[in-house]
Amino acid sequence: MSKFQINRRGLIKSGAAIGAGLALPTIFTSSARAYLNEPKGATVTLGFNVPQTGPYADEGLDELRAQELAVQHLNGEGDGGMLNTFSSKMLKGNGILGKKVQFVSGDTQTKSDAARAAAKSMIEKDGAVMINGGSSSGVAVAVQGLCQEAGVIFMAGLTHSNDTTGKDKKRNGFRHFFNAYMSGEALAPVLAKAYGADRRAYHLTADYTWGWTQQESIAAATEKLGWETVNNVLTPLAATDFSSYIAPVLNSGADVLILNHYGGNMVNSLTNAVQFGLRDKMVNGKQFEIIVPLYSELMAAGAGANVRGVYGSMNWNWQLQDEGSKAFVKSFGEKYGRPPSNSAHTCYVQTLLYADACERAGTFDPCGVVAALEGFEFDGMGNGPTLYRADDHQCFKDVLVMKGTDNPTNEYDTLEIVEVTPRAQVEYAPDHPMFAGGDLGQCNSGA
Amino acid sequence: MDAIILQVLNGLDKGSAYAMIALGLTLIFGTLGVVNFAHGALFMLGSFCAVTLQRILSLSYTVEDPTQKDFLGNPLKVDMPYIVSWFGDATGNAILDWSVPLAILFAIPVMLLIGYVMERGLIKHFYKRPHADQILVTFGLAIVIQEIVKYFYGANPIPTPAPDMFRGSVDFGVMIGFAQNEIIYPYWRLVYFLFSAVIIGSVFAFLRFTTFGMVVRAGMADRETVGLLGINIDKRFTIMFGIAAAVAGLAGVMYAPINSPNYHMGMDFLVLSFVVVVVGGMGSLPGAVLAGFLLGILESFASMNEVKSVLPGIDQIIIYLVAIIILLTRPRGLMGRKGVMEE
Repeated sequence: MSKFQINRRGLIKSGAAIGAGLALPTIFTSSARAYLNEPKGATVTLGFNVPQTGPYADEGLDELRAQELAVQHLNGEGDGGMLNTFSSKMLKGNGILGKKVQFVSGDTQTKSDAARAAAKSMIEKDGAVMINGGSSSGVAVAVQGLCQEAGVIFMAGLTHSNDTTGKDKKRNGFRHFFNAYMSGEALAPVLAKAYGADRRAYHLTADYTWGWTQQESIAAATEKLGWETVNNVLTPLAATDFSSYIAPVLNSGADVLILNHYGGNMVNSLTNAVQFGLRDKMVNGKQFEIIVPLYSELMAAGAGANVRGVYGSMNWNWQLQDEGSKAFVKSFGEKYGRPPSNSAHTCYVQTLLYADACERAGTFDPCGVVAALEGFEFDGMGNGPTLYRADDHQCFKDVLVMKGTDNPTNEYDTLEIVEVTPRAQVEYAPDHPMFAGGDLGQCNSGA
Repeated sequence: MDAIILQVLNGLDKGSAYAMIALGLTLIFGTLGVVNFAHGALFMLGSFCAVTLQRILSLSYTVEDPTQKDFLGNPLKVDMPYIVSWFGDATGNAILDWSVPLAILFAIPVMLLIGYVMERGLIKHFYKRPHADQILVTFGLAIVIQEIVKYFYGANPIPTPAPDMFRGSVDFGVMIGFAQNEIIYPYWRLVYFLFSAVIIGSVFAFLRFTTFGMVVRAGMADRETVGLLGINIDKRFTIMFGIAAAVAGLAGVMYAPINSPNYHMGMDFLVLSFVVVVVGGMGSLPGAVLAGFLLGILESFASMNEVKSVLPGIDQIIIYLVAIIILLTRPRGLMGRKGVMEE
């Protein structure tokens, strides 16, 4: 009869064997928990969803140029652009996590349904692990919702509505672009300084999510400094002639017209307002003024001489002289022969930020990327020290107050930087009433 | 009272554009029996004639200015228009400043040619086809035209300013006894209204007082009988298509300073112009003009805050609402003739 004996060496061997046995099932489990569109080969696919047709097609084209440039820089081509100035040094120009980056593009047409269909196709058919881009808040909110449901990361492009990181925020969605509240907080002090604290403002507002939050933000910020809001008139998004909305402005007793319009709406309403000679009038003993709170270079070019001297705000501008901006403008300018727009900048930065988050997380798993981006602080991307706040996935950084150039020297010289408003001035609490009502929810990896 | 006068004035320029487009549509429908959904595209092409002439006149050579830098830090390349260097600062800049009115002369032959090519190349093959086929093919043509324009000119609006002397506005209120700034009206819109009155008057005079116009009117009334008299009515109708295209084009040229031209502007006007034609009465030229101004003014009134506060959203549906009411009470439209589109 054999005798069962336990010695120290035997115990270690047995423990190792049992441990390996217990660990074995988790190896299989980990593959069962794989995330949606996990890159299996030598490449990883990003999806760029921009307006390629429709009224914002030129802006979409500029975003696509920047995204293509970002992919080149990630793959080690070109001069590296902002990879050289980015405070995080995880990106080496060898793709993302050693995989070569490739991209597919979709056409949002600046329509929510078309944008969702394009994003869905890129996720399901092309295996995109991230969706980036867009030039409208309506589109951004719709695509952000889709990416949350599908289980991929959404890195928003140009979206300025408070709702994107307010009541419609999602755990899988991130916004680098500034928002309407920030525009108001940056602009109001400059306006009060330029035009005085005793002003009566008349708002014309595009009748959709962005217009509403923009008007609310600008009115709140200017009223805080003593301005009175005389009236707010909602205008249909499809309107092309604003004369019947502008004609009553002078009769209202207002001495400032605030155009909460973007794109073609802004070009037409500003043109109409200038045609009516509003800026030549004296009301309440003051020179009548016009304000366009959200500017874009392409739209300013569309409005031509009408933007001269008109104040607005921007997320970024190619005239900034920090090292990051200079590097990006040089890369973009040498490749495309023109300076980048602020929507191009935000899409470029978002692509790099996503890639960097993957590197830091060591995975493309959306939940890992979310964790890496939440609370991430960085610099060298053109906006000074920046925080991706964990509470709402909104980037906090400096904001630009702009003015239409009085004496442009070339076709790109449409706007000039009046002030770089420091980040602290545009920060707000996560539970601010203008951003209330939303919930990030849980991250979704699409498993 | 001042608000009412203001909205009437606002309606006049919008109505002018509707009336000119609807006049062309009615001319084509009355002569050729074709429902031309590409007519809005012709209006847009007219606007781009102004843009094109502006670009031709602005053709420049570049000179380097070593005292200034471009966005890449290289010496700034400054554009110097040939026309300024040829004619001197004063004359050259004056020609550039007046590019929109000058574009009228440029647009007339261009639009006549486009109209001729469009009619001979495509539309004549659909004369005997059902209206649904005509609508489909002309709508497709409109999309093709606007995509071609977008390819060459981009999607962004292109600023095309009026001459300096027409910028700003006239204080119309002061002239009729109101206080300052109560009724203001931009000079260029006044020009646009007067221009449309001249164009519409010229078309009516052409049809009323020339032999060509008389034959066309006779052809509109009874095409077969005119043909039996040995007159080549088809040739005259082709010319009328060209004239209708030119009227739409001229409406577009002069509209360019009001709203910066973009590739989509034709579609914005197309549907409304068709409503104008239907309200005016299919085939009725005076009806098209009357309905154009009427609906333009009503649309302006519907945009008033006082109206919108009672009926929210009325500014977006007023034209269609009026169209429904008129078609219910007068099925042939305001001035429609018996027998037109009733077979």
